[in-house]
Amino acid sequence: MKEVPDTYGEKKVSLETGLVERQATEPVVDEITERAVELAVSHAESADEDVEVIVMSMAPSSAVDSIRKGLAMGADRAVQICDESLRGADLGQTSEALAAALKLTGFDLIIAGNVSTDGASGMLPSMLAEHLQIPAATGLSEVTITHGKVAGTRVTEESSAQVSAQLPAIVSITEALPDPRFPSFKGIMGAKKKKHETYSLEDLSIASNNFTVPRSIMVTIAERPPREAGVKVVDEGDAAVQLADFLTSNALA
Amino acid sequence: MTNVSALAVLEIGPDGGLDSSAAGLIGAAALLGDPLALVVTAPGAGERPAAEAAQLGATSVFLVESLRVEAELSVPVTDSIEAAAEKINPTAILLAHTTDGRDVAARYAARKNLTVATDAVGVEIDDQGVVAHHSVFGGSYSGMSAATFGPLVVTLRQGTIDYSPPSQVLSLEKLSIPEVGVPAATIDSRQVVASVSERPQLQVAERVVAGGRGLGDAEKFGLVEELADALGAALGASRAAVDSGYVPYSHQVGQTGASVSPQLYLAVGISGAIQHLAGMQTAKTIVAINKDPEAPIFDIADFGVVGDLFTVVPQLISELESRKQ
Repeated sequence: MKEVPDTYGEKKVSLETGLVERQATEPVVDEITERAVELAVSHAESADEDVEVIVMSMAPSSAVDSIRKGLAMGADRAVQICDESLRGADLGQTSEALAAALKLTGFDLIIAGNVSTDGASGMLPSMLAEHLQIPAATGLSEVTITHGKVAGTRVTEESSAQVSAQLPAIVSITEALPDPRFPSFKGIMGAKKKKHETYSLEDLSIASNNFTVPRSIMVTIAERPPREAGVKVVDEGDAAVQLADFLTSNALA
Repeated sequence: MTNVSALAVLEIGPDGGLDSSAAGLIGAAALLGDPLALVVTAPGAGERPAAEAAQLGATSVFLVESLRVEAELSVPVTDSIEAAAEKINPTAILLAHTTDGRDVAARYAARKNLTVATDAVGVEIDDQGVVAHHSVFGGSYSGMSAATFGPLVVTLRQGTIDYSPPSQVLSLEKLSIPEVGVPAATIDSRQVVASVSERPQLQVAERVVAGGRGLGDAEKFGLVEELADALGAALGASRAAVDSGYVPYSHQVGQTGASVSPQLYLAVGISGAIQHLAGMQTAKTIVAINKDPEAPIFDIADFGVVGDLFTVVPQLISELESRKQ
């Protein structure tokens, strides 16, 4: 699960640090990761074997409520990677920390969103696959989980493929998957009693300042001047002609 | 810096030739140094894309032909980059910011502990190394990123590099990858999503006409397609229109769809939610047609028409058609 700045709010970047200003808008759970929780929980409900669902998030301590939402949706327990030195972590550090935590908890199937609404790199699932040496079936618009195997439809810009992987594996899902459920009152009450572990980098045996590995740095950041509204005409029968004039005179038609 | 080389990792398009992203990747590589290309394809299928890569300006083309390409996701291309990089030690590795390009870039960066710059809209090089340009949060911010040291892996947004280096005579080197790689997902079957339309591709189009929920249903969305054709434009859509099933996801513009920066973006029946604006507000000229005068799209439109799209759009189409004659 990932906590992000409100998807429907205006996002801000600090011009001093180049980092996302997480206080600028109300933090929310990234919707795509709620869909990932939905897939895991609905599979656990319908599977003919016992399935434990763990929600994992690398997030500051303030993200407890977001992570608890996953528990309220029906996950069994939560693992949060939380360490002050991970503030502003790049993809390399993030994937390293998550992979180490995943090794500690153990897993059969990792379910992730395909692209977050803030960083939007879409790269973590494949990075985790490489760190964990497991198959990655990314960008799935349909997923079938059976005993020891996961399969699905992967739609890319140019093709649609049926893909599959033996477990352990990682999948990333798209918005085409079912909407996440709303937590029930019982789920919300129960979530507070569920196990919520926190790992620091030390717990994961990761050095917090490892300068032997290259990191991504923002060199500059600038805010673009806002666009201004131009001409607005109310249609009184001739707006189409005026618009055609506008397009023609700007060589756009 | 001397002896700088940049490796463009090219994708194969549905017809067996290079994907349309290839020209931008080779152009970006040439902006950084000696532009080298990597083509990874099935046995016997490499001749055409390799020749096209030289034509687009690659001074050397590395070709990997392997049966694994059609059977495994992402890992064969990652292994191929590793094989090429061992030979040439590139300063930058450039891939398209597509589903496949992102997966391969991520795997390679993780494997080699390299820094990755995602969704770059430009690249440059100075005495400190490679710098990637980014357009953040739908163009609200522009920034530059770099690696603290070492080669930079870059995924490049399509349609952002218009530099074309001179064509080269093909200099081909065949490389091989191991028969077995790290565990990968299996491709059980693949269908090319046939491009039935003659319209320009959304990501690189000069003009985009996009429709939203205001169209009401899939049939009426045809009106947006007619207008797109009258303007020779690509077809876009808001998430609301895609979620309602008017058009496939491949047309979605916005935060969770395509990011476009055309000369003209004409929005029909789109209110302009922030997540839609994030995908199109860097367009040169924005035109909006909407019946709600308070729709946020008007705040950023260069020309706005407050009116019934079912009246205005047909009139506009016939007006445009009559002016063509």
